[in-house]
Amino acid sequence: MGEKVLMKGNEAIAEAAIAAGCRHFFGYPITPQTEVAAYMSKRMPKIGGVYLQAESEVASINMVLGAGAAGVRVMTSTSSPGISLMSEGISYIAGSDVPCLIVNVERGGPGLGGIQPSQSDYFQATKATGHGDFHMLVFAPSTVQETVDLISDAFDLGDKYRMPTMILSDGLLGQMMEPVVLPEPKDPTDNKDWAAKGHQGKRPHNVVNSLYIEPAVLEKLNIERFEKYKKIKETEQRAEEYLADDADIILVAFGASSRVAHSAVDMARKQGIKAGLIRPITVWPFPEKFIKKHVDHAKAFLSVEMNMGQMVEDVRLTVAEKKPVKFFGRTGGMVPTPKEVLAEIVKINGGDC
Amino acid sequence: MTCLEKRVTVVCGHYGTGKTNLSINLALDCAGEGEKVTLIDMDIVNPYFRSSDYVEDLTKAGIKVLGPNFANSNLDTPSLPASIGNAIEEGEKVIIDVGGDDAGATALGVYSRKLDSSGPEVIYVINRYRSQTTEPEEAVQILREIENAAHIKADCIVNNSHLKDLTDADTILRSVPFADRVSQLTGLPIKFTTAPVGVDLLNKIPNMYPVRVCVKTPWEKAGN
Repeated sequence: MGEKVLMKGNEAIAEAAIAAGCRHFFGYPITPQTEVAAYMSKRMPKIGGVYLQAESEVASINMVLGAGAAGVRVMTSTSSPGISLMSEGISYIAGSDVPCLIVNVERGGPGLGGIQPSQSDYFQATKATGHGDFHMLVFAPSTVQETVDLISDAFDLGDKYRMPTMILSDGLLGQMMEPVVLPEPKDPTDNKDWAAKGHQGKRPHNVVNSLYIEPAVLEKLNIERFEKYKKIKETEQRAEEYLADDADIILVAFGASSRVAHSAVDMARKQGIKAGLIRPITVWPFPEKFIKKHVDHAKAFLSVEMNMGQMVEDVRLTVAEKKPVKFFGRTGGMVPTPKEVLAEIVKINGGDC
Repeated sequence: MTCLEKRVTVVCGHYGTGKTNLSINLALDCAGEGEKVTLIDMDIVNPYFRSSDYVEDLTKAGIKVLGPNFANSNLDTPSLPASIGNAIEEGEKVIIDVGGDDAGATALGVYSRKLDSSGPEVIYVINRYRSQTTEPEEAVQILREIENAAHIKADCIVNNSHLKDLTDADTILRSVPFADRVSQLTGLPIKFTTAPVGVDLLNKIPNMYPVRVCVKTPWEKAGN
């Protein structure tokens, strides 16, 4: 284990990706994510990697597709409006079964929105990043250390399942400073026999493509891809539970808002209210298993988010009307306070639900 | 302690060394001693965790805060008000919280002539645990970049080595050889070493300066 150092979330994203063997970064600056690109621009030339600031997010994501198709570990990072611009390319990447890492350090929206933190891209990340039937594996870290740890997993699982993966962060996690231990650098084994990386005249061409002329062929591919997603839903759900086992009121929150919810749970417990927290670490697949096991004993659920209510829909689908599911959120760059969340818990506990 | 002898104090350093937290502490302590203080937030690079976030508390303590016109807003176009130049030129005590690295210090360069004539004390803040400045040579390199960008020379070092809430006496003691080496390489004296209030160094380090941890995340702030 290395020594603890203080790192900003965005720098940690870059350094963790390098430690995971990523040597190709294509991107375009946008607040509050710019430090990822700035850090990469300094580090990549020193380690024989590629840092390229493209002319736009549209160009960046297509460069990611190209590098990923050639079988290298590749990433891009941006903030909310940048993902919207990348959405076509992400769909092409998913349709080509190419692994890559996409980082979204979310800011307030819609539109140009603002530069302050937000979680209002939950729907976009988990349901419809681009056109067509596809998913990405989406991780939502809540600390700088967890961001570091999940980046390695995101690269590995992307390679394993041949699909794009996303780190869904937010401006707060990207900008804040926390002590971290960086992982030992690793050199990923190259076993991508599907990649278009030169056949040396020894095998047929590998073709990486998302265009299919025959509808029946395309349907078959989509069905196969969804078989893979089904397996991922069964095996890759991740969440952390905090005081959930005996809880009457279970908060569900991810990323920065889970830190607020965690404080609110502690405050509620001090008042004698049995509150607990389920913190999704994967938001796709949504950690249904972790919620389902508490549906019987919980009296109510409260989804806390930095948006107008997005993940709450997945909580409601999972709880399936067996218990009330409430929502509390702030949006537009505002961060909920523990006190505000506590007030919601007290309200629900008072039978007002 | 009477912390600042010069009318104008400039606090610069690498991103995340704790410049804002130190600046706020210096301002509060000066104000506590009855001095009139203006705290200038000159960070036009970092949109989060900056002095301007603490205007309410600082104003309550009688401290005037000047910052970028659009600090804390959703506008990503930082500009500095003219009142900053006036405050540097004359008047009450001024503490300038500069943005990180050479990029952040560039904004200070605009005021270099005014700063020259006001004869400021320029503090270079170091943190042995901050990624990319854990080696003394790296800390010196960043100082040179800041000095070039801002057209100023540092006068002294503040050893603000910390690991946020994991900081204990040992954390600070282990940073001493690092700080000494930076001091040796630059020829600059160590003005003081900080320790969070409640961390007792038992007089093992000279010139300690206790700091309150003011810069916090939304879920750490008391009363929130």
